[in-house]
Amino acid sequence: MSNESHTFDRSVIAEIHRAANTGIYRIRGFGAKRKLPTLDELVFLGASMSRYPLEGYREACGTDVVIGEGRAERPVRLDIPITIAGMSFGSLSAQAKEALGRGANAAGTSTTTGDGGMTAEEREHSSTLVYQYLPSRYGMNPDDLRKADAIEVVVGQGAKPGGGGMLLGQKITERVGKMRTLPEGIDQRSACRHPDWTGPDDLEIKIIELREITGWQVPVYVKVGAARPYYDTALAVKAGADAIVVDGMQGGTAATQDVFIEHVGIPTIAAIPEAVRALKELGVHREVKLIAAGGIRTGADVGKAIALGADAVSIGTAALIAIGDQNPALEAEYQALGTSAGSWEDYQAGTDPAGITTQDPALAGRLDPVIAGRRLANYLQVLTLEVQTLARANGKSHVHNLEPEDLAALTVEAAAMAKVPLAGTNWIPGVTG
Amino acid sequence: MNPGSESTILDMEITTLRELNAALHEADSGDFVVRNPRGAHAVAAGINSPVAVTVEGSVGYYCAGMHQVGRVLVHGNASTGLAENIMSGEVRITGSATMSAGATGHGGLLVIEGNSGARCGISMKGVDIVVGGNVGHMSAFMAQAGSLVVLGDAADDLGDSIYEAQVFVRGDVASLGADCIEKEVRPEHIEIVTGLLAASSMQADPADFRRYGSARQLYNFHVDDIDAEVAAR
Ligand SMILES: Cc1cc2nc3c(=O)[nH]c(=O)nc-3n(C[C@H](O)[C@H](O)[C@H](O)COP(=O)(O)O)c2cc1C
Repeated sequence: MSNESHTFDRSVIAEIHRAANTGIYRIRGFGAKRKLPTLDELVFLGASMSRYPLEGYREACGTDVVIGEGRAERPVRLDIPITIAGMSFGSLSAQAKEALGRGANAAGTSTTTGDGGMTAEEREHSSTLVYQYLPSRYGMNPDDLRKADAIEVVVGQGAKPGGGGMLLGQKITERVGKMRTLPEGIDQRSACRHPDWTGPDDLEIKIIELREITGWQVPVYVKVGAARPYYDTALAVKAGADAIVVDGMQGGTAATQDVFIEHVGIPTIAAIPEAVRALKELGVHREVKLIAAGGIRTGADVGKAIALGADAVSIGTAALIAIGDQNPALEAEYQALGTSAGSWEDYQAGTDPAGITTQDPALAGRLDPVIAGRRLANYLQVLTLEVQTLARANGKSHVHNLEPEDLAALTVEAAAMAKVPLAGTNWIPGVTG
Repeated sequence: MNPGSESTILDMEITTLRELNAALHEADSGDFVVRNPRGAHAVAAGINSPVAVTVEGSVGYYCAGMHQVGRVLVHGNASTGLAENIMSGEVRITGSATMSAGATGHGGLLVIEGNSGARCGISMKGVDIVVGGNVGHMSAFMAQAGSLVVLGDAADDLGDSIYEAQVFVRGDVASLGADCIEKEVRPEHIEIVTGLLAASSMQADPADFRRYGSARQLYNFHVDDIDAEVAAR
């Protein structure tokens, strides 16, 4: 029997030693790593005597999503309900951004800029590009705004609701520094609040300004970390958003304090139903679109998020893995960095052997954007085929016809959070007793 | 205004905000007069050509937001976010502005003849701002580049977490924010102030201004390494 303490286990002890040595909190990339309730705790019921399935390979099962119809002259039209989340050039190499664009184009979906502005390469390689409007306004340029296919006002992200962006000095190269108007090598800590608006009433006016400047051409999204999704969604609708991106606490990050990643926000499974509740109460469900993010990995996750009421999902970490992050073929190099494939989390360090989360030209040069783009396209295709398979099995001719009715929960906690019955019962804790 | 040329009148009593901004965006040049703005938001936002716009009256939020190239003159006051993210050109207001005037501006010139409220020049990234009166608390918060020239006083926490922007104040500074310090005024700084006073047609003696900027103590995390020190013994 080991006499290791459960309270002071090895990782806790290692962290105390690290803190005592350095005097600085732990900053890392990736998302929450501790065991959190996930969409795995839900299952689809499938068809039965009273529910007819559709033929797996023959009968149509739509996957398209339209965002901003009715308000924007040019709504965003996506072929699949899976988008690529905002990740900045700076946090990612130019090659990685290009790969994301190529993969998204092939799959008929959008990519998103990030904290640091739009690069010309990124615009060129993404047919549908969402421009993030962040508190820092690094590289914020009306010319780029007008080139965007949609605008995403970022209030927060799941990894750190309440925290601003972070990019450590190793990654602030001359080009990155120039784009952000910052001295080279600085440890960038971006603003966490927008400089010229506070609260939903101001946001409503801000959205009007953005629409005026872009001639009401493109949709406006609002992205929030999953903190109080019911209220945040209702307020974003009031402010006039065409889409709300709710990013659960599992959501990935390029660099954030570990204490923030692991201890702030609520899990995606708990956030989606709350956002949907707000949309339904306001009578705008499936009209104002809900994009769910944070820990989406499989077609099952996509299908469950949609069944709970989301219109689409957004992926960050999974897309990076698809283009080569955590690649076991790089095991020796990960070992040399004191980690291993599957555990690599030092996105902030700029030493990524896969050439993705780095600004080092030699490392970044290892990533072939064409090949990596094909990998992403394949992965997105698998997610789409999986979600279609699940939808057909539940008798749905469009993924958006999936509904909570099609789901059951495996744990009492998941039943309470997702507001679907515990499997084998009709008990939804807090709803039906 | 270009003398002799005819101005186009846009009266917000009969012209909607959309029509107003669309007209300004479509024009390649010319003079425009906006009447009856009555505190409307986003007036003359997103200008991107050498037009000259005179607004007769006070405006709401984000007047001349993301301004490029042209000139906007407001005869009145402005609410939050006047000329936010201005890139180039000039925005001038005869009255006072409330919060976040010139926020995140990347270039160009913003002139406020009256006072400016809190967070004037917040996160400014290259714009030059001249304020005839006082500025409110947290002005030049996280300011990255450009110059803020204040002919009056500055309220608390001036230049909190400031980067490479420069702040010049003629009057009193209630207090400086984190990492902001007073700095020596050298001839090149007098030159900057002289130039901006001339560009903004403001009367003051450049020698009367004191300069504030970053102590650069917050630029990088301080990381200790006791283990390395001990191993090296
Ligand atoms: C490398 C990296 C960089 C990111 N940069 C940004 C950013 O600039 N702006 C933003 O809103 N979110 C950013 N995020 C968060 C993503 O947009 C998204 O919310 C998150 O990755 C979704 O969770 P997932 O990683 O589990 O899919 C970043 C995430 C990663 C992994």
